[in-house]
Amino acid sequence: MLEQTVQIVSNERDTDSYFRLVVRTPRIAPLIQPGQFAHIRVLPLKDALLRRPFSIFQVSGDTFSILYKTVGQGTEVIARMQAGEELSVIAPLGHGFTVPKRGGETPLLVAGGYGMAAMYLLAQRSPQKGIVFVGGRRRVDILCEKEFQALGWDVRVTTEDGSHGKKGLVTQPLIAELKRSTKGRKLFACGPTGMLKAVGKIADDFKVPAELSMDEHMCCGVGVCLTCVIPVKTADGPRRAEAHEREGGWEYQRTCTEGPVFEAKEIVWEVTK
Amino acid sequence: MNLSVQIGKLTLQNPVMVASGTFGYGVEYAQLLDLNQLGAVVVKGIRLHPVRGNPTPRTAEVTSGMLNAIGLQGPGVDGFIKKYWPFLKKLKVPAIINIWGKTVDEYAEVARRFDALGGVGALELNVSCPNIKEGGAQFGTDVKRLKQVVAACRKITELPLITKLSPNVVSIAPYALAAEEAGSDALAVTNSYPAMAIDIETRKPKLANGTGGLTGPCIKPIAIKLVWEAAKVVKIPIIGMGGIQNAADAIEFMMAGATAVAVGTANFYEPQTTLQVIAGLREFMQQHGLKDVREITGSVQTAK
Ligand SMILES: Cc1cc2nc3c(=O)[nH]c(=O)nc-3n(C[C@H](O)[C@H](O)[C@H](O)COP(=O)(O)OP(=O)(O)OC[C@H]3O[C@@H](n4cnc5c(N)ncnc54)[C@H](O)[C@@H]3O)c2cc1C
Ligand SMILES: Cc1cc2nc3c(=O)[nH]c(=O)nc-3n(C[C@H](O)[C@H](O)[C@H](O)COP(=O)(O)O)c2cc1C
Ligand code: FES
Repeated sequence: MLEQTVQIVSNERDTDSYFRLVVRTPRIAPLIQPGQFAHIRVLPLKDALLRRPFSIFQVSGDTFSILYKTVGQGTEVIARMQAGEELSVIAPLGHGFTVPKRGGETPLLVAGGYGMAAMYLLAQRSPQKGIVFVGGRRRVDILCEKEFQALGWDVRVTTEDGSHGKKGLVTQPLIAELKRSTKGRKLFACGPTGMLKAVGKIADDFKVPAELSMDEHMCCGVGVCLTCVIPVKTADGPRRAEAHEREGGWEYQRTCTEGPVFEAKEIVWEVTK
Repeated sequence: MNLSVQIGKLTLQNPVMVASGTFGYGVEYAQLLDLNQLGAVVVKGIRLHPVRGNPTPRTAEVTSGMLNAIGLQGPGVDGFIKKYWPFLKKLKVPAIINIWGKTVDEYAEVARRFDALGGVGALELNVSCPNIKEGGAQFGTDVKRLKQVVAACRKITELPLITKLSPNVVSIAPYALAAEEAGSDALAVTNSYPAMAIDIETRKPKLANGTGGLTGPCIKPIAIKLVWEAAKVVKIPIIGMGGIQNAADAIEFMMAGATAVAVGTANFYEPQTTLQVIAGLREFMQQHGLKDVREITGSVQTAK
């Protein structure tokens, strides 16, 4: 984890709804592991002070990139920034994905929204090629399909309106694939919480291991404020706690520090929003 | 140039510390800055037992600040001592433990445990958290109960006691005096302001808890007024906080009457803030020919 003021190398529209931002940071780039994120302070913002978290997409030499969607004041200001301008970055942050070992499990990736960007490094660094299931509402929501194909991965696209790939939800082809075989397969997912919950259930139904990258609202990004917590199973709840604090056998853990990647079987969905 | 200040019998190498709950247990920021440059490290509020905290969302950004309703999640005294104390006790600067309880007896018991631990710099009594049902602000907005908490802890320990006051009172003077009379060595002014934000699309509060505490630059002028009012009535030192982002903010608090200051919310967006404040304070003293930082405290010139 380092904090640096970094220069924008390029900042361009990638698809109709996403932009690609590349920043130069020779000290941070080599440290990045798949599934980690960068906490970015948009320096031109003056009265929205907090940093914004973004998954790291690609790492190349002394640069890294993110794919982002404009959804509010922070991302709208970033979208107007130009090469040469500066942002403040704290990265790499969080506990990422477990990269499959050579001859180990075959990875099945499930992505929605920026999830594709968040899993690119995992696919790139995995010695085992696998299948990536990507879903979205419309064609424009499908990110980096070509990048995954270039890595030699089998990309299966679904859109809800049928404008690209198969019509339906991303979980449908995943279930079909798991019905074919579950042997030696492991799921990795990143996307909206509803999708992650569905993938968690599928993993449970088919008895396959799964790692999920959770999207929680963040504030500090480094583990001090306790904003980003999700309920995680513990043997008997926090020990020595009063009885009502132990009910259900879970405790809140930090998405920015213990996560964003958690094992699906650890998450207590009944307690999540 | 002297930057050191005194909080009871505790000497700080400079008057800049961090605010409880915005710096975890110190260790989380150790990779980003040298903690030994600070005046003191103040940890997140701890009660006797582990605490799960409130449901999420727990924070929301607002104009020039934020709301939080964390609900004092924490590992409890035993968990803290096991997990975080080994790191904190090795620091060269004092560790100040922010404590709370649901009853006067619990405050006293937590104080006793930290007294017995040895090596603690000071105890900060949190009687002002707005985000829990029992304990916290219940004590900080009732002069009689405030006195009971401070007196009970005073009886148990000789560690410096800092009473962290609630801003949610009509006048802070009686609370400041009550804490001083009950034996507090210093005051911390202020905790967060009860506040609310609503998502107009869902028509739901932005925090799961409904309301939360407002902090950050937007509260600075109100916090400065509280420090000024408290400083007029007590002799014990005041640690000023509320929206400090730079040395100028810190100096304002000191001129209003603060002996030391704490940086809170700013740590979240700029972890180097404390170090920038210390450097800026030195620069200000140089420019104004000040030899001792204590000359700044209470130097505001108001019409009589
Ligand atoms: C670990 C992690 C990785 C992320 N990676 C990416 C990424 O690679 N690409 C990307 O485009 N976005 C990513 N996000 C989401 C991104 O952080 C938010 O879109 C961004 O903070 C919005 O900032 P803003 O100032 O533009 O919007 P704001 O003005 O802060 O908010 C605008 C809207 O966005 C919503 N929003 C704010 N934070 C989040 C969030 N964490 N998740 C979902 N919605 C949010 C708000 O509720 C609001 O409705 C990630 C979030 C997390 C927690
Ligand atoms: C997320 C968060 C958690 C906090 N937790 C505590 C706490 O555990 N105990 C406490 O006394 N104050 C707590 N505070 C209050 C701060 O210590 C400080 O009094 C307040 O934030 C005002 O300073 P600031 O505007 O610089 O943040 C918390 C504040 C925030 C933002
Ligand atoms: S965002 Fe602050 S603890 Fe995770």
